[in-house]
Amino acid sequence: MPSLCRDCLRHAAQPFGRCPACGSRRTVTHPDLFHLTVAHVDCDAFYASVEKRDRPDLLTKPVIVGGGKRGVVAAACYLARTRGVRSAMPMFKALAACPDAVVIKPEMAKYVREGRRIRALMEALTPLVQPLSIDEAVLDLTGTEALHGAPPAVVLARFARQVEKEVGVTVSIGLAANRLMAKLAAERDKPRGFAVIGAGEAAGWLAPQPVSLLPGIGPAMAKRLQAAGFSTLGQLAALSPREAMQRFGEDGPSLAARARGEDERRVIPDRETKSISAETTFEADIAARAALEAPLWRMCEKLARRLKEKDLAAAGVTLKLKTAAFATRTRAARLPQPTRLPDVLFAAAQPLLAREADGTAFRLIGIGAQPLVQAAEADRGDLADPEAPKRAARWAAVEALRARFGDDAVVKGRGLKMGRRE
Amino acid sequence: MKFTVDRAVLLKALAHVQSVVERRNTIPILANVLIDAKTEGNLTLTATDMEIAVVEEVAGVTVARGGRTTAPAATLYEIVRKLPEGARVELDHGGGDGPLTLRAGKFNTTLAVLPVDDFPSMTEGRLPTKFAIKAGVLRDLIDRTRFAISTEETRYYLNGIYLHAAEAEGAPVLRAVATDGHRLARVEEPLPEGAKGMPGVIVPRKTVNEVRKLAEETQDEIEIRLSDTKIRFGLGTVALTSKLIDGTFPEYERVIPRGNDKKLTVPKKDFEEAVARVAAISSERSRPVKLSISRNNLLLTANSPEQGQAQEELDADTVAYESSPLEIGFQARYLTDITAQIGDKVEFLFADGAAPTIVKDEAKPEALYVLMPMRV
Repeated sequence: MPSLCRDCLRHAAQPFGRCPACGSRRTVTHPDLFHLTVAHVDCDAFYASVEKRDRPDLLTKPVIVGGGKRGVVAAACYLARTRGVRSAMPMFKALAACPDAVVIKPEMAKYVREGRRIRALMEALTPLVQPLSIDEAVLDLTGTEALHGAPPAVVLARFARQVEKEVGVTVSIGLAANRLMAKLAAERDKPRGFAVIGAGEAAGWLAPQPVSLLPGIGPAMAKRLQAAGFSTLGQLAALSPREAMQRFGEDGPSLAARARGEDERRVIPDRETKSISAETTFEADIAARAALEAPLWRMCEKLARRLKEKDLAAAGVTLKLKTAAFATRTRAARLPQPTRLPDVLFAAAQPLLAREADGTAFRLIGIGAQPLVQAAEADRGDLADPEAPKRAARWAAVEALRARFGDDAVVKGRGLKMGRRE
Repeated sequence: MKFTVDRAVLLKALAHVQSVVERRNTIPILANVLIDAKTEGNLTLTATDMEIAVVEEVAGVTVARGGRTTAPAATLYEIVRKLPEGARVELDHGGGDGPLTLRAGKFNTTLAVLPVDDFPSMTEGRLPTKFAIKAGVLRDLIDRTRFAISTEETRYYLNGIYLHAAEAEGAPVLRAVATDGHRLARVEEPLPEGAKGMPGVIVPRKTVNEVRKLAEETQDEIEIRLSDTKIRFGLGTVALTSKLIDGTFPEYERVIPRGNDKKLTVPKKDFEEAVARVAAISSERSRPVKLSISRNNLLLTANSPEQGQAQEELDADTVAYESSPLEIGFQARYLTDITAQIGDKVEFLFADGAAPTIVKDEAKPEALYVLMPMRV
């Protein structure tokens, strides 16, 4: 069974626990170690790590990156996490759990810049790099062994060392036979991890895990599955394609396949993002148009934020709906001029929704931006809409308030959930 | 129902009404024309698409038996058009579901009819504003603005001409405005009597085009009546009633620049032809033509990634410009759409290379165009 030392990169066909060359205990041993080629790379507590790098005085302190006292946690360092702080947690809760935490306002431009540096290092390893977010990507290193003179596992360990040295943050790597298992492996060993899941062991490893482990199964879906008697992935995995289709519609067979650890998705190097979207699955199906507009508005706000993060703008919108019977409907409209404003996205999606809201019950609504254009083109106003730049400024002010005081600091009435207070 | 009428008379009437009928229609009755012959010798033809209704009174008809029916407008028009000149046409309908028979000389045909009761009637309601306008003036208002009407669905309130009463230098005017966001056209005429206090209305593009066709044939006064939801154009024997666009037209006055002081004048013909020539290098319509302007000199350039560059210079023989040098780009078609409405000399008023530009006909100050530049 082959082994690899992640510190000095010594590797051998025979297993070793402690590295025979440098004595490090950071070694990895797996029968398929030198055959697996798909890697998922995820930076550890990225925003917090970048801040700690820039302020060494914070190294030993719990650090939270996020809004002010009433905001939410964007990232928490591992020290803060040991005290119970989690991403997306309201700041007051986080501070209750960890009162001595240092709270830092996010500086997105800096994280984007550092994320790009890491991506450049990845692209030196293989052309097949598919970025998933600012600090996360999947790589296919198939066929690169001759080029690098070493198997992918060694190349990846070297890459992790290089990121630590040159960028000053740590990454966790999952190595597996496909994208799904690579992602799950990366999550298994964090931070500064290197986990390997072989093709043969995937199904066995997944079987006892809860269904919510699988990416794509959110809280609403997990509840639905549990209600249908599926609490572990093993139970889902046992379904034949036919049974899966009957129970869960057209997405059923692929759901069961993923529960077995199968994933056919290829790594597509898209350096350019082609579309950005936001969607949400409802706790209970919704048919009424007015009731669908509230989550649509929230998704438009989310999409606007994502566009801002990526420094892009929407030249058109795509409305996505999934019926209670799991049929997907998408409707697209071109925008008169590119935008990053949620109310413009909403105004374009509203008539599309009106045409679809014919009494059908829907389980999911989403809004996508496509095609994408450069942010500089957005909301410049034209002869029929000279106010657009002012509205853009107003929205920027709202976003600034939210960054300081939390997402609930300023809320549009139409975004409020009906019938209950949040 | 049975009547005879000269082919030419019927053809002209059918031409008027059939053009509002939608070609691709899912509601069969809307493809039909309502034919109403009264015993006393009147014939009216009506066609509608539910947004617009055109009613034509036809004279010179010999009615043998009064009655009403509906028949396919396009087919009827095609048949009548192909009948020999000078033919006398007889239309005969026995009532009920039976077919409509058309006879002319040795030709005869039958057409399927649909029940008259299914034919939608458009109620005009009260149309309190009433004024008359010369056909030539209305044609002018339409021609100089309709090219700027937007086709974009999301901003439906731009899909027509905004017609309203305003004041220009102290005098009341009737104004027509259209914009698609990239260009804006504003034309004004002295306010006709009766139009004072009229509501601002947005006349839909299709209505504009239909009225323009009808106005082509007459030099008489056209009678306009309107409320805030409907407009009716009376042109002699034809009346066109249309719904209006229910929306708010943008406050266009705010986008018309006031301080543009860099003035360029150039003969329309030279300019238009030069733009067409340099723009021909690229098949991509949205590519800009760049105007590089210096003292009494205008250089037009266009680029195409495949072909390279085309340029043409207009010099002091034709161009007048006294301000500081300037570079600005516009979509070629937007320039020629405007110059097509201009007589001899085009006057440009620039602020800078990124700001909206005013274009005018030097001899006709009543028409004003605003054009957004493109980045070049």
